[in-house]
Amino acid sequence: MDREQVISRLVELMEDAFDEDDIAYSDDLTADDIEEWDSLSNVRFIVSVEQAFGVRFTVGEIEGFANVGELVAKILEKLG
Amino acid sequence: MYLPWLRQPPEDFRAQVRALRDAPPDQATLRRLAATAMDLTQLAQLGKVVTKHLDEIARTSDFSRVRLGLIGSHTLDYIADALVATGLRHGLLLSLETVPYGQVAQAVLDENAGLKAGSVDFVLFALDAKFFGLDLPALGEGEGPASVDAAIAQAELLAKGVRGRIGAAAIFQTLVPPAEALFGSFDTQVDGSARAMVDAFNRRLPSVLGEGDLIVDIAHAAATVGLSRWMDIRLWHGAKMPFSPDATTLYADYVCRVIGSARGKARKCLVLDLDNTLWGGVIGDDGLEGIVLGNGNGMGEAYVAIQRLALSLRERGIILAVCSKNEESNALLPFKEHAEMLLREPHIACFIANWNDKAGNIRDIAATLNIGTDSLVFLDDNPAEREIVRRELPEVAVPEVGEDPADYPAMIARAGYFEAVSFSAEDRQRAEMYRANAERRVAQGSVTNLAEYLASLEMVMTALPFDAVGRARISQLVNKSNQFNVTTRRYGENDVEAFERDPAKFTLQVRLEDKFGDNGMISVIIFDKGPQSWSCDTWLMSCRVLGRGVEQSVLNEVAAAAKGEGADTLTATYIPTKKNGLVRDLFAKLGFTRTSEDADGTSHWALDLAGYEPADLPIKVNVLAEGQTN
Repeated sequence: MDREQVISRLVELMEDAFDEDDIAYSDDLTADDIEEWDSLSNVRFIVSVEQAFGVRFTVGEIEGFANVGELVAKILEKLG
Repeated sequence: MYLPWLRQPPEDFRAQVRALRDAPPDQATLRRLAATAMDLTQLAQLGKVVTKHLDEIARTSDFSRVRLGLIGSHTLDYIADALVATGLRHGLLLSLETVPYGQVAQAVLDENAGLKAGSVDFVLFALDAKFFGLDLPALGEGEGPASVDAAIAQAELLAKGVRGRIGAAAIFQTLVPPAEALFGSFDTQVDGSARAMVDAFNRRLPSVLGEGDLIVDIAHAAATVGLSRWMDIRLWHGAKMPFSPDATTLYADYVCRVIGSARGKARKCLVLDLDNTLWGGVIGDDGLEGIVLGNGNGMGEAYVAIQRLALSLRERGIILAVCSKNEESNALLPFKEHAEMLLREPHIACFIANWNDKAGNIRDIAATLNIGTDSLVFLDDNPAEREIVRRELPEVAVPEVGEDPADYPAMIARAGYFEAVSFSAEDRQRAEMYRANAERRVAQGSVTNLAEYLASLEMVMTALPFDAVGRARISQLVNKSNQFNVTTRRYGENDVEAFERDPAKFTLQVRLEDKFGDNGMISVIIFDKGPQSWSCDTWLMSCRVLGRGVEQSVLNEVAAAAKGEGADTLTATYIPTKKNGLVRDLFAKLGFTRTSEDADGTSHWALDLAGYEPADLPIKVNVLAEGQTN
């Protein structure tokens, strides 16, 4: 899976988790940019990312993502 | 993931829920969506819509409205998100009053800090072992039992407060034992180990209940999926999420089924299909000796286990009914004569075996037993039957049992359909009472939109002449089919091979696919060609596709072929046997005229091809020449 595919799937997962259509991806997207993205939906979102990509984040990683770009980078790193 | 008896939500779940935002949803739509294995995000989305339209839904539905207070020792938001949508699955329309977590005693005892008197019907205490001080070992002499005493005293206090000040019933949870042991197996013998204290607390918890108070056995839910998977420790540390997201969906189901039961919404009756549900095989075709049931092989034992569960449910007051597509005499045969049957006629309060559609029959079962259709659970191995019942009667619970009969008992038991909050002498007698009161009625009346259902099946029929590929299956069908078989003539594989080459024979092997999958070869036709008249030698069909228009569709093909070769008449014979009463009137229904009848009941039929109009059917037809495959 290359970066573009990861991003495309990730956007779908974000749209589902935050119930918002047409999310425009950018690396510096954060929870502040999306209305429904709160601590609650964030947990559901992270878990759906783990399931969709078959990866698992450590407790530190879950807390450490500053923006979506870092999440994408971590997914790619884990997918090898 | 932890609710395997439910179907997966539709692909466009979010869009469907969105569509409900502006218009108050009807209860059939809500029931259909709630009957799927929604994940936490989907539960939250549906729950939000329900909460938005709460009053309107309450006015226009049969859901039981329940005001539920939530008091917890951990974050309640995840639970709250899941509960409202899950409630619909158990007949409940929940409105939640959530108290900020951590303020457990205040919420119960202090009018100003917590729930107002009279504001809720139930208070759910979402409390864990840590809250009760039972999460860490208490290894001093006598310290363990003292900790448990204190925990039970605290629970008593909370129960009294809920009753006395708030005026509601309390719902307690059993405590989930720790997944990790301290001493190992020896934990069981150290009364101050967390494991031993939690077990002791759970055993004593019923003693704190007042009238109407309830227990939700979360420890059991956790054990069912596995203690090590119940919690996602990362999400506990980071977000104070008490159970993993998947576990939360099961947790919510456990809570709602208990409240549902307290509100009289638990199911009362298990409706059973017969062929390939209570035994392996088709009684009408395979006969008493041919069906698979009983000890000695795995599959036979799996069917016994299903019957054993049904019988256990009956003993605790659940009504059993049968709804089968069968000749009634065939359907009853195993109940009367099969030595391995655990279920017998007297166990079945309402027995319906006919060829009508099952949704109608299920309505009749409910009417006969004088209970609501929302009291029924319908167990059937056939996905097409399950689908029509879900479409017609979304309030009936239909477990998505899959293909393996070994899974059926767990699917029924784990789904919590028959959740109880009491067990009385009356329960012990109930099943018998219903049976005595029930009058077996012949099911009548047809489903209004059966045509729509058939169209939705997206059937594709493929017909081609006999060939080497189909030979073995053709021969098998010719020798095995008893019910839908007008002449019951048997031919071996060598005969079938000869028919392939015989220019005086018209043959068809017919397959049917629908949106649920390939039904395989389901019909075999042999006609003898004459110059003017073609004569039917064999016409048989698998009963599983009965009532779908296949036979009319087949006739269209035969008629077209005969016309094409210059014939003007089709003739046919019905030879009665003990088992083929089903097709006594087949030719009449297909538009043939009876020309004569013999003393033994054999009837002769003819169809004038000049006046034959092909029937318009919801089946797409592929006619292939010999040697083509689909």
